[in-house]
Amino acid sequence: MKHPVVKPDAHFLYCSTMANLKEVKSRIGSVTSTQQITKAMKMVAAAKLRRAQDAITQLRPYAEKLTEILQNLSSANKEGTDNVYGEQRPVNRVLIVAVTSDKGLAGAFNTNVMRRIRVLLENDFREQHQQGNVEILPIGKKALDYYKKGDVKLHTQFSGLFSNLSFDEARSAAEFAMENFVNGTFDKVIVVYNEFKNVATQIIRAEQLLPILPAENEEEESAATVDYIYEPSREEIVQELIPKSIKIQFYKALLDSNASEHGARMTAMDKATDNAGELLKELKLVYNRTRQAAITTEILEIVAGAEALSSSR
Amino acid sequence: MYLEIITPDKKVFQGEVDSATFPGTKGSFQVLNNHAPLISTLAQGKVTYVSKAEGTHTLQVDGGVVEVLNNKISVLAERIIE
Repeated sequence: MKHPVVKPDAHFLYCSTMANLKEVKSRIGSVTSTQQITKAMKMVAAAKLRRAQDAITQLRPYAEKLTEILQNLSSANKEGTDNVYGEQRPVNRVLIVAVTSDKGLAGAFNTNVMRRIRVLLENDFREQHQQGNVEILPIGKKALDYYKKGDVKLHTQFSGLFSNLSFDEARSAAEFAMENFVNGTFDKVIVVYNEFKNVATQIIRAEQLLPILPAENEEEESAATVDYIYEPSREEIVQELIPKSIKIQFYKALLDSNASEHGARMTAMDKATDNAGELLKELKLVYNRTRQAAITTEILEIVAGAEALSSSR
Repeated sequence: MYLEIITPDKKVFQGEVDSATFPGTKGSFQVLNNHAPLISTLAQGKVTYVSKAEGTHTLQVDGGVVEVLNNKISVLAERIIE
């Protein structure tokens, strides 16, 4: 992908017959330093991406064990889980959690989130939006800056989560959403974030956090019916574990978004570095051509001068 | 028996232990070798485990859940209070 702004500029230098040597030289200098910056940013993003991926790997054993226990419990008592977090109500008020990054220069990473939310506002929750019943909880500075200008009601207290991302921090945001769902402030909570597929690919997701959706895979009910001792009771354990798993789902979305951000920035900066390299090549060509033209003109002048002298003699 | 203590951020401990004590919601209890399968929620309190190699260790957890199955104990805690 080529940068649309940079290209015609280089072309202009190409075509102008007498491009100023000094001008071209200073341009080469500035492009070189830009390239160095993008290269450095790419390297930094790569290092941060590794750390972000590690965090996802760290979360996995906890998340898997939790799901396993929950499945064990719910396969034993079929349905009948009257859960405060699973209550389906007519949707009047909606909370959208917009997960973006704190910093820019990551390609379409943040724009994709805003765009997805706009689709949600204009289609899925159109009525609620017109009545002003959709509220947004921005996470990351970019979402905060973007929605500050709009007329949607904001909850800004968790926007700085990414400056020091840990489960403890994420937990408070998830608890805020859960509390407001249980007390009826919101009837639906949606999280919009970038899912991390691989370094080059991010998938934009709008996931329903609350009410929780019933588990899909019910076919393995016969699997491992161990006779557990439940302490205190099975229902109480389920009631205790469900909020935990909601928090984990939320935290996972944040971690995914974090890894995606660095992946997106890495790709964007890699392209920028390539672009700068290409531009440099063209500029150097122009520079040399102009230099040669100048030398040729100079020689011509000298020869012409000598010629004039010899003929006047 | 094998004990692992996991939080969402990291694996706090994994290894062979001789016994482990947990702050169950209905009171503290100890798990020894060949304990029957058990799932219990934990209150805020101290998890103590004794291993031959490292002696007795105590961790303060902020609630969680523990599963005991086939001499393998998994503790899921949301937070370890340092």
